[in-house]
Amino acid sequence: MSVSPGKVEIGQGIVTALSQIAADELDVDIGRVQMVRASTAGSPNEGVTSGSLSVQQSGRAVRQACAEIRQIFLAAASDRLGVGIDALDIKDGTISGPGNIRTSYWELADDVSLDRDATPGAVSKLSTQRTLAGNSVQRLDIPDKVFAHPRFIHDCALPAMLHGRVLRSEMSAAKLTGMPEDGARAVAGLVAIVRDGNFAGVVSETEDGAEAALKALRKSAAWSSGETLPDEDRLAEWLQAQPSEPTVIDNKTASEAGEKKRTIRRQYTRPYLAHASIAPSCAMAQWTGDRIHVWTHSQGVYLLRADLALVLKLPVENITVEHMEGAGCYGHNAADDVALDAVLLAKAAAGRPVRVQWSREDEMSHAPFGAAMAIEIEADLDAQDEIVGWRHSIWSNGHAARPGRAAQPALLAATELAEPFPRTISTNPPQANGGGADRNSVPLYDFPSWQIESHRLLTMPIRTSALRTLGAQGNVFAIESFLDELANERGEDPVDFRLRHLRDSRAQDVIRSVAKRANWKPDKQTGCGYGIGFARYKNTGAYCAVVAEVEGAEDINVKRLTIAVDVGEAINPDGVINQIEGGAIQATSWVLKERVRFDRQRITSSTWTAYPILRFSEVPEVQVELIQRPDMEPVGAGEAAHGPVTAAIANAVFDALGVRVRNLPITRDRLIAAMELTT
Amino acid sequence: MPRIRFRLNGVETDVDADLDRSLLDILRGPLRMTGPHFGCGANECGACNVIVGDRAVAACDTPLWSVADKDITTIEGLGTEHEPHPLQRAFIAEQALQCGYCVPGILMSAAALLMRNPKPTGEDVRASLDRNLCRCGSHNRMVRAVLRAAAEIEAR
Repeated sequence: MSVSPGKVEIGQGIVTALSQIAADELDVDIGRVQMVRASTAGSPNEGVTSGSLSVQQSGRAVRQACAEIRQIFLAAASDRLGVGIDALDIKDGTISGPGNIRTSYWELADDVSLDRDATPGAVSKLSTQRTLAGNSVQRLDIPDKVFAHPRFIHDCALPAMLHGRVLRSEMSAAKLTGMPEDGARAVAGLVAIVRDGNFAGVVSETEDGAEAALKALRKSAAWSSGETLPDEDRLAEWLQAQPSEPTVIDNKTASEAGEKKRTIRRQYTRPYLAHASIAPSCAMAQWTGDRIHVWTHSQGVYLLRADLALVLKLPVENITVEHMEGAGCYGHNAADDVALDAVLLAKAAAGRPVRVQWSREDEMSHAPFGAAMAIEIEADLDAQDEIVGWRHSIWSNGHAARPGRAAQPALLAATELAEPFPRTISTNPPQANGGGADRNSVPLYDFPSWQIESHRLLTMPIRTSALRTLGAQGNVFAIESFLDELANERGEDPVDFRLRHLRDSRAQDVIRSVAKRANWKPDKQTGCGYGIGFARYKNTGAYCAVVAEVEGAEDINVKRLTIAVDVGEAINPDGVINQIEGGAIQATSWVLKERVRFDRQRITSSTWTAYPILRFSEVPEVQVELIQRPDMEPVGAGEAAHGPVTAAIANAVFDALGVRVRNLPITRDRLIAAMELTT
Repeated sequence: MPRIRFRLNGVETDVDADLDRSLLDILRGPLRMTGPHFGCGANECGACNVIVGDRAVAACDTPLWSVADKDITTIEGLGTEHEPHPLQRAFIAEQALQCGYCVPGILMSAAALLMRNPKPTGEDVRASLDRNLCRCGSHNRMVRAVLRAAAEIEAR
């Protein structure tokens, strides 16, 4: 059985979840299901693998298609065996009926054509009839990864493959003013030096030769100064001072306005964050005449193809983009950029394939970042300190500049060519698609009135695009921190305060579950603190509530995260828990350590030393309780935990130290700065 | 070109190469062993860790001259599907990864730990993996998997 989805494996286990769904609907052993890697040569166009939507979208499509295929085969079997469909049963692909009559999918395969459009009528199994979906199965890709069978694009080689490297200035948007080639030409194995405007690179017979030639070019290249970057220590002021496009995201007017006695206003910020994949981005490309084949770990093969067509001025039919697995990307990193690099360098390879891999430094400085955000919230309180009005304003670059969505390409090298395309200024997906900077800015809480607005920057000296959760991490941090401040102001328990403002019973359930499991609220101990955070991702996805336990005074250590999550039907429960644990640990890293650093000319956090992430010794214990709802629509888990974990840690820090840190990350310096504000 | 000799996964291996080149270059290049992964090239992430003698080292930061006559074990030499190392079995049992790019390096760090210390505590495991980065957040599962492997080895 071959199943060809449009979504791609990025370490989240989607291939396994889709296999479970297919095997379940078709009643075959999961081992019979072969998942086809996405390619523009034959896969359905399912857009981009992002937004925790793959189970929701692709899962539903696979379930629906397989339910119909089952019906088609049952009808064919009924014809062949001469019994009614109702008398037939399927076990691991064998279709049997009364009196031991039998046939199978494989026997009937020649009689049945599946080359047809799916129709809407097919009815999938009831949740109680499923044997795989809803149960934890081992991920299908893990053995290859544990035994190091080449599966990553980084580990695959094509026949006669050459190696390419691209020369980029560490300065932002600098112009290449001179590039003597003598040094690079002297390196053994050099095939070509490529230059097109400010885009330059080398092609070599060997990877080592490509590195050496690049090193020589770097030594000789002269660059103009680039553009000025903002002051990293005054980000909020900078964000608010830029020209921006304001949008009212949502408005709610109270039927009976309560009387405002006072207003409390707070500002929260988060820095630029790097995707910081463990693998530098990599791609391969090969020209045959005016046709190009690209191998990529992009999250959207069709979207990348559309942008390549714009840059190359070729019809999309001339371009094949095929997915191969990369390391976890956590959003729009340099995967698409390096694909264009490979395509441009392969022009000089006389039909041989060229593999290009970025350096660690380029990965940490030239790939798009998650956007910095400044968020201001005001609450109007009545005489009893109840919330009667709520205003939430965001200043941020857009959170999406993915390829394939605009009339101009979003790929880095496109802006470097002699005939350059303008830099794509990031935009925000509409609220109907979950929003961008404004994701999760509309409270799920039942406040009587609110006004939510977002200011999208029209300048973009630091390149931003989709990072896990888009704006949700910042907004949930702000809302949930502020709620904690308001509850504290009233002397009310923050769990009770939240429950009192929520009508959605699934939201209440995750909060009650996590509170129970964490024995909310444990007795106060010196230097220890507990905090809660909650969100429903995108307000339409997974519900997640988190209790964080922290300790420390100067450096915060997150000891434990207790989490309750509701993703509706959990196709692979252990896969969901794995995603939640991973999201929680990654969010802890964002909160405690991460901040893209820059001076006025360049990104300076281009190594792991300059951009530290959480280490094994710093990782909290994570306990996840999955609330199973097999009859509810399945939704994704990959981004559900980031916002609630962020807020829970910040709230726990306040509980431990009485210090409210409103500017992420919660480092020693930020703690000291916040203490100075408090005293 | 100078010539150097070492045992790679138990096999006597000769290489003609510039002795200042990194072991990772030689493994992934001429020797076509793609298990050790390039991550940073600066001994900061552990994705390329291999065992030299009885210690896990970053192959990207190990010059070729330093491994003359040494025993080198890469993930390829740890175990196979037919004869998996207990760590490999445990990583599958615990589903101890998401993307898996860092896993070869982590398995080698863990294997070196178990050679030195067959009964590690959770803290020992965390300390020995502290120079290995994982971006997906699979740390706790990996620690559980290493402890499971240690228990399996002890029970033999």
